[in-house]
Amino acid sequence: MARIVGGIGVSHVPAIGGAIARGLQQEPYWKPFFDGFEAAHRWLAKVKPDVVVAIYNDHGLNFFLDKLPTFAVGAAAEYFNADEGWGLPVQKPYTGDPALSWHLIESLVADEFDVTMCQEMVVDHGFVNPMQLLWPGKERPVRVVPVTINTVQHPLPSPARCFKLGQAIGRAIESYEEDINVLILGTGGLSHQLDGTRAGFINKAFDLMSLDKLGGDPKVLTAYSSLDLIEQAGAQGVELLNWIAMRGALGDQVTEVHRSYHIPISNTAAGLLVLEPVPAALRANAA
Amino acid sequence: MSAQSSARKIPGTPIFDGAAARKGYALNRMCFSFNDKANRDAFARDEDAYCARFGLTSEQRKAVADRNVLAMLEAGGNVYYLAKLAGILGLNVQDLGAQQTGMSVAAFKQMLVEPGK
Repeated sequence: MARIVGGIGVSHVPAIGGAIARGLQQEPYWKPFFDGFEAAHRWLAKVKPDVVVAIYNDHGLNFFLDKLPTFAVGAAAEYFNADEGWGLPVQKPYTGDPALSWHLIESLVADEFDVTMCQEMVVDHGFVNPMQLLWPGKERPVRVVPVTINTVQHPLPSPARCFKLGQAIGRAIESYEEDINVLILGTGGLSHQLDGTRAGFINKAFDLMSLDKLGGDPKVLTAYSSLDLIEQAGAQGVELLNWIAMRGALGDQVTEVHRSYHIPISNTAAGLLVLEPVPAALRANAA
Repeated sequence: MSAQSSARKIPGTPIFDGAAARKGYALNRMCFSFNDKANRDAFARDEDAYCARFGLTSEQRKAVADRNVLAMLEAGGNVYYLAKLAGILGLNVQDLGAQQTGMSVAAFKQMLVEPGK
């Protein structure tokens, strides 16, 4: 049976792609951010995921406002990156896992998550930058299933709904018969705002609280509305929804493997959080 | 920032709701087209003709002509799509932030660094 080896929350700021393309990882501006990934690389080498279910938000590359799904699941054999309009180099395609995609779709819809099914999906920096950060070499030892959450057009889904989506993804993976290791990725955030007279807003206290509660007590986060998240984390800080969904897939108890947090990357407080599920037999309250 | 009609207001923060989406559709549709280089080049070659093709309102056309980000938002622009126009104009997100807050780019960048100290 398939098993979830863990979850990673990671920022996807566009400038990260530019820094990787220009080899700036050791520059003083970038070094503290990129250094945070060494622990994640060691952990990935240990848990060896076969597939990544990557929960992110499209930024107007694959979806336009003519048809904008709240939740969508990729079901392609290959996912192409493409020109987003501001000069990031286009990455080679990512290998999908259509059998797992369709199992996820079947299971989610049976679980009352009526997702949009996408046999073609171009993936933008929200997907590509985290993949490049976690597997920085030429090797890509994982297949991918992208899942998108709408953070563009209000009304946005609530944190509680995104958490439940994650729980349903977790149930789907646990019922998959293939013997594979699955990593759940939630990308974006942490606090930032690009638009309006509050542009440049960063909220370190809220971010640090979020990092604490994602692991230990996600109910604190699911009690907020999406507009609450915007107020606290900034207009685009609402991408925390992707992290909340990731956490939902990991089960009741997790241990924190690693975290790093750095201000600023571009206009953003950048975060990285690696969580591992606690097997039922080892839980503190297990009978 | 009143393209929105949502009851709840968050100061200095546009909420791209249904009212904003209706108001901004032409502008956002034009910006979505900028995912293709040929379209970015066509805009750069003849901005008036390109904007006319997408049926921008006079308010949207003026906001684009003035390179005025707050006015584009007011006209229903969505930041994820406007970012593609900003790319054509050679503006990064610090330039956009400086313009919207009325700060110099240097002062805006310093503001971003402060919370990390």
